Amino acid sequence: MEARIEEHPILGKQEKGKKVTFTFDGQELHGYEGEPIAAALKAEGVMIHRYTQKEHKPRGIFCAIGRCTDCVMIVNGKPNVRTCVTPLEDGMKVQTQYGVSEKHFDEQS
Amino acid sequence: MKRYDLIIVGAGPSGLSAAIEAAKRGLEVVVFDENEKPGGQLFKQIHKFFGSKEHKAKIRGFKIGEDLLKEADAAGVKVVLNATVCGMYQDKEITVRINDEMHHYKGDTIIIATGASENMVTFPGWTLPGVIGAGAAQTMMNLHGVKPGSKILMLGSGNVGLVVSFQLIQCGCEVVALVDAAPRVGGYGVHAAKVARTGVPFYLSHTIVKAEGEDHVTGVTIAEVDSSFKFIPGTEKHFDVDTICLAVGLSPMSQLLKMAGCKMEDNPKRGGQVPICDEYGRTSIPGVFVAGDVSGIEEASSAMIEGRMAGIAAAEYLGYIEKEELDSKLEELDAALDGLRQGMFAPKNRGQMIEKTDEGIDISTNLLKKGYVADDEIERFPGVTRAKGIHPVIECTQNIPCNPCQDSCPKKCIKIGANITALPAIDPEATCVGCGMCVASCSGQAIFLVDETYEEGYASITMPYEFLPLPEVGDKGIALGRSGQKVCEAEVVNVRTSPAFDKTHLLTMKVPVEFVMKARFFKKEV
Repeated sequence: MEARIEEHPILGKQEKGKKVTFTFDGQELHGYEGEPIAAALKAEGVMIHRYTQKEHKPRGIFCAIGRCTDCVMIVNGKPNVRTCVTPLEDGMKVQTQYGVSEKHFDEQS
Repeated sequence: MKRYDLIIVGAGPSGLSAAIEAAKRGLEVVVFDENEKPGGQLFKQIHKFFGSKEHKAKIRGFKIGEDLLKEADAAGVKVVLNATVCGMYQDKEITVRINDEMHHYKGDTIIIATGASENMVTFPGWTLPGVIGAGAAQTMMNLHGVKPGSKILMLGSGNVGLVVSFQLIQCGCEVVALVDAAPRVGGYGVHAAKVARTGVPFYLSHTIVKAEGEDHVTGVTIAEVDSSFKFIPGTEKHFDVDTICLAVGLSPMSQLLKMAGCKMEDNPKRGGQVPICDEYGRTSIPGVFVAGDVSGIEEASSAMIEGRMAGIAAAEYLGYIEKEELDSKLEELDAALDGLRQGMFAPKNRGQMIEKTDEGIDISTNLLKKGYVADDEIERFPGVTRAKGIHPVIECTQNIPCNPCQDSCPKKCIKIGANITALPAIDPEATCVGCGMCVASCSGQAIFLVDETYEEGYASITMPYEFLPLPEVGDKGIALGRSGQKVCEAEVVNVRTSPAFDKTHLLTMKVPVEFVMKARFFKKEV
């Protein structure tokens, strides 16, 4: 997890919540309870959150404050969840969003 | 439908300030904010603020945020979070989305303090993962402790682009270039200089041609632009980066005001679509006020003063205070706000090319084009003097509203005077004791202590240092000049840390004496 800032020259060591496990497209990843899902994904090196409906283009974090909706994903089965402002919980199921589905475009009829 | 004396939309610096003043005067106040935490963008600001004591200068933004929250608590302000105000209608009615329900409220007065949102620019590849807003970078690194990337190109040389570039370096990222289509650096020269001296190259009159990469950013190409912002063929430059950060301005989030029927105007000097209002935030609708960036893009210090003005104006509108109290309080706040709105970056000077300081000294052109004052320009400024023994060298070369250095010196070596934007000058009669308080107190990190007679053939230079790992005494490395280029070998001879310095360490290096006016940063050999 080298994307995590271990010690910051001004902010020092950051207080984090409990370490939790969640899944991203079935793969087990770790993060801290209460941090945005997007922060945990970023720390784990995940860049692509979804593919657009029409042109199938990748999208990731853009504004990080819940405004742009680029980072939406399927969380616990619910699509269009803004991962940058949704707190991570233990056992969450996070999936890449294809259009508005968890199914790859090839599998969508 | 619940009724309040005052409804405030936005719990950032201006909204909270408004709430505090109104609640202290007996109004029943509620503040709605769409975010999970109050404070707006203040908690992402980890640098020391400019201004004077009354504006909380030299205090870091997040600390100002903490103090504001305490003050709001003490005043009994009610803040409702995760509450998005979706509509504002006739007779000051609003709809608010809380969880998945819409709620309906009515305010006898309303203050809109919704702030601003980031502007964007488009270029081929701009939608790729890895292209982010500067605000996103601040949010990830300063709130969530996650690096936004490892190699980053910053587009935008306004204060946001400059400050965020410095913060990226502080959290361990590499900033490969700072790029702006404008021909001149837009933000404060001192913010640019502290980035440039660490080795970040500035490319003015350049912008992004394309972001490269299949499914995320792997590189970027920039090119020079002419005076009509067209690319000049053959000037392309490529950088391997994983992140492109956009800091290309802010726009007021004034939609609610427009929806409610406030008279609006399109005013580029205020940042876009803004309500027509008087200096205390009164809009065209009686009882509806505005404060902060929504009424014109400035910064947090002025937003807090505007908030206090609007809160008091609302109290008077409802008859909670007499006109006399309103007038005397507004007069006091006016003076504070006026202090911040002076100097070459004042709202009234936006878009103007200023060639001389108020003192009649030519502005550094290199600072505007390259981000640092050239060696042959620096000695014309009043803070830069030569003297025997240890003494401060103040590389503050633009008239900006800031004066903590003057108060920081126990020996009264530094003089700004009553005019807050005057360039600091050295009093030749006073004797520097080398305490370093000025170095740590300068929000622009523009003050150095210099001793040309440190050792036979060597001078010492003390600089502000806010990076990790902190070098240790005896570390050898290279001294970088203002441009970020190597000037000579250097050795760390002292590192001072004190609660009074507030996380700004004072690093002293020794360099051959001929480089005393050139060496301004230390880089350890690896």
